[in-house]
Amino acid sequence: MKPFDYDRAKDATSASAAAAKGATIIAGGTNLLDLMKLEVMAPDRLIDITRLPLKEITRTSDGGVRIGALVSNSDLAADPTIRTNYAVLSRALLAGASGQLRNKATTGGNLCQRTRCYYFYDTDMPCNKRAPGSGCHALEGFNRIHAILGTSEACIATHPSDMAVALRALDAKIEIEGSGGSRTIGMEGFYRLPGDRPELDNTLQSGDVITAVMLPAPVTDARHVYRKVRDRASYAFALVSVAAVAQMDGDKIKEIALAFGGLAHMPWRDGAVEDLLRGERLTPAVLDAAADKLLADAKSFGGNDFKIPLARRTLKAVLREACTTGERT
Amino acid sequence: MNKVFTMDAPATSRRLDDMRQGLVGKPLDRPDGPFKVTGTATYAHEWNLDGMAYGVLVRAPFARGTITHIGREDIEAMAGVLRVITDARFLRNPAQGTADEAPIQGPTEVFYLGQPVALVVAETFEAARHGAQQLTMKWDCKTAVIDPETAETEEGENLEQGDLDAAMKAAHATVDATYHTPCHTSAAMEPHCSTAVWEGDELTLYGSYQMLNYNINELADSLGIDAANIHMRAPYVGGGFGSKLGIAPEAVAAAIAAKELDRPVVVALSRPQVFETTMRRSETTQRLRLAADANGKLTGLGHEALVSNLEGETFSEPVTQSTHFLYAAENRKMAINIARLNKTCAGSVRAPGEAVGMPTLENAMDELAEKLGLDPIDLRKRNLPERHPEEDIPYSSRKYAEAMDTGAAHFGWDKRNRTPGGLREGEWLIGHGMAGASRVNSIGEASARVTLSRAEDGSALATVETDMTDIGTGTYAVLSQVAGEMLGLPMAQVITKLGDSRLPKGAGSGGSWGASSSGSAVFLACEAIRSQISEKLGLREEELEMKDSEVTSGNTRRTLAEVLEDGPISAEGTIKPGDTADDVNQASYGAYFCEVAVNAVTGETRLRRMTGVFGAGRILNEKTATSQCYGGMVWGIGMALTEEMVHDPRDGHIVNHDLAEYHLPVNLDMPQLDVILLDERDDWACPIQTKGIGELGFCGAAGAIVNAIYNATGVRIRDYPVTLDKLLDGLPED
Repeated sequence: MKPFDYDRAKDATSASAAAAKGATIIAGGTNLLDLMKLEVMAPDRLIDITRLPLKEITRTSDGGVRIGALVSNSDLAADPTIRTNYAVLSRALLAGASGQLRNKATTGGNLCQRTRCYYFYDTDMPCNKRAPGSGCHALEGFNRIHAILGTSEACIATHPSDMAVALRALDAKIEIEGSGGSRTIGMEGFYRLPGDRPELDNTLQSGDVITAVMLPAPVTDARHVYRKVRDRASYAFALVSVAAVAQMDGDKIKEIALAFGGLAHMPWRDGAVEDLLRGERLTPAVLDAAADKLLADAKSFGGNDFKIPLARRTLKAVLREACTTGERT
Repeated sequence: MNKVFTMDAPATSRRLDDMRQGLVGKPLDRPDGPFKVTGTATYAHEWNLDGMAYGVLVRAPFARGTITHIGREDIEAMAGVLRVITDARFLRNPAQGTADEAPIQGPTEVFYLGQPVALVVAETFEAARHGAQQLTMKWDCKTAVIDPETAETEEGENLEQGDLDAAMKAAHATVDATYHTPCHTSAAMEPHCSTAVWEGDELTLYGSYQMLNYNINELADSLGIDAANIHMRAPYVGGGFGSKLGIAPEAVAAAIAAKELDRPVVVALSRPQVFETTMRRSETTQRLRLAADANGKLTGLGHEALVSNLEGETFSEPVTQSTHFLYAAENRKMAINIARLNKTCAGSVRAPGEAVGMPTLENAMDELAEKLGLDPIDLRKRNLPERHPEEDIPYSSRKYAEAMDTGAAHFGWDKRNRTPGGLREGEWLIGHGMAGASRVNSIGEASARVTLSRAEDGSALATVETDMTDIGTGTYAVLSQVAGEMLGLPMAQVITKLGDSRLPKGAGSGGSWGASSSGSAVFLACEAIRSQISEKLGLREEELEMKDSEVTSGNTRRTLAEVLEDGPISAEGTIKPGDTADDVNQASYGAYFCEVAVNAVTGETRLRRMTGVFGAGRILNEKTATSQCYGGMVWGIGMALTEEMVHDPRDGHIVNHDLAEYHLPVNLDMPQLDVILLDERDDWACPIQTKGIGELGFCGAAGAIVNAIYNATGVRIRDYPVTLDKLLDGLPED
């Protein structure tokens, strides 16, 4: 770990100002500290925002919810409103990490966690995300956990968050305090594909501080599913995960939102899959068509070939679960 | 007065059964437990010596070649850094268990990625780690050999008896299958660590080690000093599993640095370093051949394995170890070939041999039972040999059939699913499987001193002393129990002191022999003390009854405190292995039964329940013995489902070198485990009739789970671990 300066932010504005001057923001530190110990990240200066008043979950005037950036993953998962109206979020959170980590990890920090690519974590190995221009060692290496959608020659890493997958399905927005004041970005615009700049995980600008996550009013009468497929029963990152929020009209799908983890550099959402499903009964042909659509451009790299059939199987099982009529959960 | 006993004949007197204190066998708590859970047990990193400096090892970032330059100056200029040390005495890799001499030394020639090539020492751990991370080096690279299948190989063991090929041709049913198991690591909870401090020419090393009697000689040989000048201490060891058997690079580096800097130096490994520089279990490719007649009698048995190790290492994973004696078959072939690779040193990882050899043998037996239409238990019982099929010697106590029968009854084996892929609950396919357990048994020469004295309050107190270690296994408890039983003292009146090289030499913890070896030494010392007491009281030793701090014989009754009025009584006991090691085949046995659920959609496997039944001679402490078996079965879950150390085939680096990506089972992967310990005495094993139990719980466990996965899905996976990707293609739904 490289020696670094440490400051506590007085408010979001001062945190933003410090970040604009190059400081790295630290909240729960559950990922950043590990990366600093390994010198995968070696900031000169940390700005600690954990004492800012961003720990509240409040109702908004449009019927939605504002989640302070410092609400812990445990508190968010346990919140009665989240459990009742945004069950997919609660379940995704509880599918991630361990109890200890969830107690420490924050909502804003979870969004900003880095990939778990093995080569990113080993500073003696090439990695375009860690050391731009050094190459991608995963491309022809051991790539069991890597992406099959939206990859580039430069990077095939996945984003590891479960929470973000649920937020993508819920059409969440990110509230940001930046150098030019505050603004919001929808989840669809927050993450990015690696392209030729894999060192950038998201579209945050220098000086940006995430202050909250906004959820729209809940979809009424919707069934929520979060299914995470992984190598052991707990404490493993998703090989494939699917978040679904489905609203039925009799036996037809009225509205559906589907987001996927473990498949791409960001939580994946494909409007074309949802368009295809909307208004349909869940027949075998529809299930196959949805899976075909999702995976039409999927590309695997040897070790992760299995993710294509696994994503297909998991999507279909989740649709069967989410789009059945009867008891709502 | 000392007592030396050589195990040349069976110990049929079973004296422990005549004792009256009632400690041996009981599920007593560990006396060291409260220290461990309150953080007051001192581990190797926790001695906090005055003026301590911190060392961090630096790895070679390539798998084969020669270091030509180390950027020492830049690092030594960094704040807090004291020195960058490279020394010809640095160890290439840890010593193998019981080596008693230095392993290959020298930090310049690199044989694997992860080999320690320098030590950065600083005022703080953080400064040392930063220096280590920033250290630059130059090297000449040579082509590394990573894949055992394409490497040059050497012949190891090779046994041919009869004609296996002919037996296979003539058989009613055969199995000819090839299995793969990947590299495993021990990943003990306490990372490897040494703290070194010199006083003149005398070195004290606080280390996390399993076998101090060998370790001081290995350390002395490595440093080029006299073992008499070394004092090693390891009172508490946070798990070893074989990875702490031999002296390792961090101990030698700490000792060299402490001498150079003239101050104490502690060197601890990071978790990735534990993966990269401590012993790995070799990957194996195993061909199993079974030939059987129409009655389910084996006529042929072949077990041939390809394993690997570094150049110059004598250890090779003894994959066939139990296959030699477990099942009868006239025509036999066992062979091991060793590929020389540029990968981390291969050595003992819990239950070397049976760990990976038993599950595959038991998978093959499962395949054969299916072909023959026999209950897997029936097939095994039909093939229990009368005498060792290769050495023609009898067996000592062998509870294999009883373990299978007991387990079957407890588990409800008769209610198992009999149609592979035929039992389903919603998305889950349910299956049942069983496998046998077998592990060779031995003892090592061991001594212990027992002193009976009066405590400050006047009560009688026994002190047990040996350099034997407790690596989390329960040594403190079981040695206290043996002494208390023999001398008629409650547990609170026995103190056991371990892990100090200046105490009488035990065999160390390894190969499951610690409790039998050191337990016997304590037993013998106590017999000698009993003799001294009987002489003193003019009584016959055989008639002494010692219980609750009193000695009784006929009409005589004395308190031990009275007996000790004119001073303490002390004796040393020494056990030596003898003819019984060769006259009979000694092993511990068991059986596993389990139920799995495999998700038909995703291929995820969840173990639902598992029963293990074990016969390991006399059980000294039901609680610690059961815990050993739990631990072994958990290792089995990991081996069956998740554990695989992956080397990148291009450069030999361990891709998943931490606990995030090397998947050990977590709590949610472990259902209720049931352990049943059979009542047994093995007179041939040692004077206290015990056999090893530290490894037995693992020796076949993974095989039962993989057999159950087949039963659930109808898919035979012969490539461990059975991760979901291997099952997907064979699952019914898409």
